[in-house]
Amino acid sequence: MNMAGNRPISPHLQVYKWGPHMLVSILHRASGDGLAIVGSLMFLWWLGAIAGGEASYQAFLNIIWQAAPAAPVAAPGAVPDAVAAQTSLSVTNWIGRIILVGLTWAFFQHFFSGLRHFVLDTGAGYALKTNKLWSMIVVISALMATAAVWLFILGRAIGGAGA
Amino acid sequence: MSGGQIKGGTSLGRVRGLGSAKHGSQHWLTQRITALGNVILFSWLFVSLLLGDLTQYSAVRGWVAEPMVALPLILLILSVFWHFKLGLQVLIEDYVHGDAARIVALVALNFYVFAGAAYGIFAVARIALTGTTAA
Repeated sequence: MNMAGNRPISPHLQVYKWGPHMLVSILHRASGDGLAIVGSLMFLWWLGAIAGGEASYQAFLNIIWQAAPAAPVAAPGAVPDAVAAQTSLSVTNWIGRIILVGLTWAFFQHFFSGLRHFVLDTGAGYALKTNKLWSMIVVISALMATAAVWLFILGRAIGGAGA
Repeated sequence: MSGGQIKGGTSLGRVRGLGSAKHGSQHWLTQRITALGNVILFSWLFVSLLLGDLTQYSAVRGWVAEPMVALPLILLILSVFWHFKLGLQVLIEDYVHGDAARIVALVALNFYVFAGAAYGIFAVARIALTGTTAA
């Protein structure tokens, strides 16, 4: 009791000076928890929709991604562009895509940060400059990988007919 | 520290007999092993999903139904649900205060992890065992 009262207590978030090492640490937890809660639900929904049959999978796509084209348009002179033939995005499609982009980022952030932890587990990478450098590399490469993946998806949707 | 005048004994004396020896590293080690499993399995899943067309139902179902896809998917579910159980457990222990709330949260976490993993494995098994054409 007496002892506990006099002991120095650990400073908390508001008195720390923010730095890359601290950012990458809190992001590791945040991205991991996001993946665990939102990512696992999305993943199970996807698997359950596949198992449920074509109608249930289409219902999943309708909510998360995009509604299927109403009917194959056979009008002469119709726009051959697959993107134009599809229905426009609903509110839930936008929300679904934002969640997917967020999950992609959380995936890369947690993945790269986890690889950093494997290195730290060996006892390496604790020197101040090294630690700062690799913390920044983790954060920046996660953002770049997320951008690359979604540019790839976007490019395929625009360029490829199959979307 | 060496005084020991405080009621209840020294720091060492107060913790003696309270903790289980030899299992202290279990949580840490299991988190690393499942992390390594996740690295391998998610690298495979992520690239596969990115290169495939997820809007084509029959192609997606046919892919999941392949034995060498269904099996790693089940391993992935085991690895990732185990890993996130350990991770969320630490989060709850850090931020949920009060014995009652913490115990309720930990029990809910355990229920969700087992139910979620069972749901996922059952879905994959159903897809793999009923073939590619069954609805």
